[in-house]
Amino acid sequence: MTLELFSQYLLAGVTYGIIYAIVGIGFNIIYNTTGIINFAQGEFVMLGGMIAISMHQWLPLPLAIVAAVLLVMLIGALVEILFIRWLDRPSVLRMIIITIGISILVREAALHIWGEGVRSLPYFVGNEITTVRIMGARVSPQVLWVIGVCTVMVLALSLFFKYTLQGKKMQACAANRVAATLCGISTKNMVTLSFMLSAGIGALAGCVMSPITYSQYDIGTGLAIKGFTVAILGGLGSSMAAVAAGLLLGLIESFSVSVVPLAFQDAISISLLLAILFLRPHGLFGNKDAADLKEF
Amino acid sequence: MKRHLPLGLLVLAIIGVQLLTRATDTAFYLTPLTMTAYYSLVIVGLCLLMGYAGQISLGHAGFFAIGGYLSAMLTTKNLVPFKDNSLISLCDELGLLVHGQDMFGSAFTHVQPWAACGCAILVTIVVAYAIGIPVLKLKGHYLAMATLGFGIIVYRLALAFPLFGEADGISDVPGFPLLPGLSVSGDFSSRVSNYYLAWGMVALAMWLLVNLIHSRVGRALKAIHGAEGAANATGINTARYKLNTFVISAVLASVAGIFLTHYNGGIGPSEAGIMKSVRYVAIVAIGGMANLWGALTMGALLNIMSLRGMFGSYDDAVFGAILIVIMLFAPQGLLGISLSATFKRILRRGE
Repeated sequence: MTLELFSQYLLAGVTYGIIYAIVGIGFNIIYNTTGIINFAQGEFVMLGGMIAISMHQWLPLPLAIVAAVLLVMLIGALVEILFIRWLDRPSVLRMIIITIGISILVREAALHIWGEGVRSLPYFVGNEITTVRIMGARVSPQVLWVIGVCTVMVLALSLFFKYTLQGKKMQACAANRVAATLCGISTKNMVTLSFMLSAGIGALAGCVMSPITYSQYDIGTGLAIKGFTVAILGGLGSSMAAVAAGLLLGLIESFSVSVVPLAFQDAISISLLLAILFLRPHGLFGNKDAADLKEF
Repeated sequence: MKRHLPLGLLVLAIIGVQLLTRATDTAFYLTPLTMTAYYSLVIVGLCLLMGYAGQISLGHAGFFAIGGYLSAMLTTKNLVPFKDNSLISLCDELGLLVHGQDMFGSAFTHVQPWAACGCAILVTIVVAYAIGIPVLKLKGHYLAMATLGFGIIVYRLALAFPLFGEADGISDVPGFPLLPGLSVSGDFSSRVSNYYLAWGMVALAMWLLVNLIHSRVGRALKAIHGAEGAANATGINTARYKLNTFVISAVLASVAGIFLTHYNGGIGPSEAGIMKSVRYVAIVAIGGMANLWGALTMGALLNIMSLRGMFGSYDDAVFGAILIVIMLFAPQGLLGISLSATFKRILRRGE
């Protein structure tokens, strides 16, 4: 493998990896405050891209993206308020089925609103053929946008959880819901906030990736599976581990192309998910004893 | 007696519907009704696994596809170029191959449908055990995701291999001659016999499953569903029960896949899709989880409506909406309360 090819694969892997990581973090944020795996997580990414594309007809690009992210955050909050907030300690099976139902409804609504066509936002800088050279590889500047925006998001999230009151409240809910309630934290509001937050980061990722990976009504499921793989791979609940796991999965996928045909790419990453679930369900970086205490 | 009353009603309903279509000259309903029967077979199998053993599977369309695709591939693949292969000639000597001519008159050799069916079921059992052993150790979200992952892998493999027709699927699958004069095929003339065959299989499956859940096994499964740890402590081999239930329901799905593929004369990748698996889960949930008759009733009703195109382009959306509404407002299922209460009332009057 030449150096050019190597760095080409490397950059592709990092690009996809960081997107998976964002979806994985979205899973983790909701899981931490509720103990629920939100199967509709991928749909937020799809909605972000799709809404931004529609908004771009009337608004300049940055405003369209901001509007899309805010709108998807609103949808996230609505989903939580309508379907989850008022349930009294629902069983895991019930929550799985409800979130799957939500993801189907969102996807079908998108199909009827936007149709089956493949759409995309315009490139943020330049156009399809603009390239920059990095380590011998030729990539679109959009790749740098994706990596940059996602990295900033990850950093901003970790600062948010560490240094703001809302972030600390959410951390408290994640650590112990009952204790958090006793300290005067409204856990219900924190759950709504966590849905908004994970919808928002998903939507933003959906916007920046749209020019290179395109947006279509059914991209959500695939992303959700990858995001879940990443969340498990890193150890459910841990956001920083999800970033490492996301990069790992992205790199495995992009380098696998040099060994097996592209058609098997998804099968590989899902086999990895199954292998992790069977062999190390607490994740690569997780702690087994801590994982045993969590509810699945 | 109590156990066999619904079964008798089912048989009466099967015969009644056929007579009704004959009397009203609406025999065209028999085709969707036959397809519905095969989908119902998957659903009652999944109901045993989800409702009684309490293990969710979001990958049952995968087993359906394994049965359908293998059977279709073996009965349509021309083996003439491989006739020198020792394995193929061994199969030929055992009488497992059928020799004939294709529509252009050249030699065409394919696997005999019975052999193909046996092979498909065998593969399903092996796969179900191989997947079931590790997967059933998982719980909750992990189990759901792992079975979903399995379903997606089957779907991706069906799309990736030229052998399985990639996006086109496999067509021109020959009929499946079960007995002289009885063949599983979409022939116009055998519509009535196929209707009875399909629903007869459903009735047989229901009889077996109803007996199963009223036996020692069924009580063990209920204990597992209630509290797995407690069941284990009372001496129930929970891992084995769960695994065997998983395999039984996988085989039911696979058999349904094999028969429906021969009936339709083909299979496409959408049969392996995630939406199919989710749809099966939805129907079991609507029927009330631990309620075989509820699952069968709702399965027959919703499938026939869907196959007749009553939901139009909102087909998937309808199932999604049903899932949410049922799980939010009636997690015991639509028929869970009313149907069993009605049955009890009827029975009490009979005594």
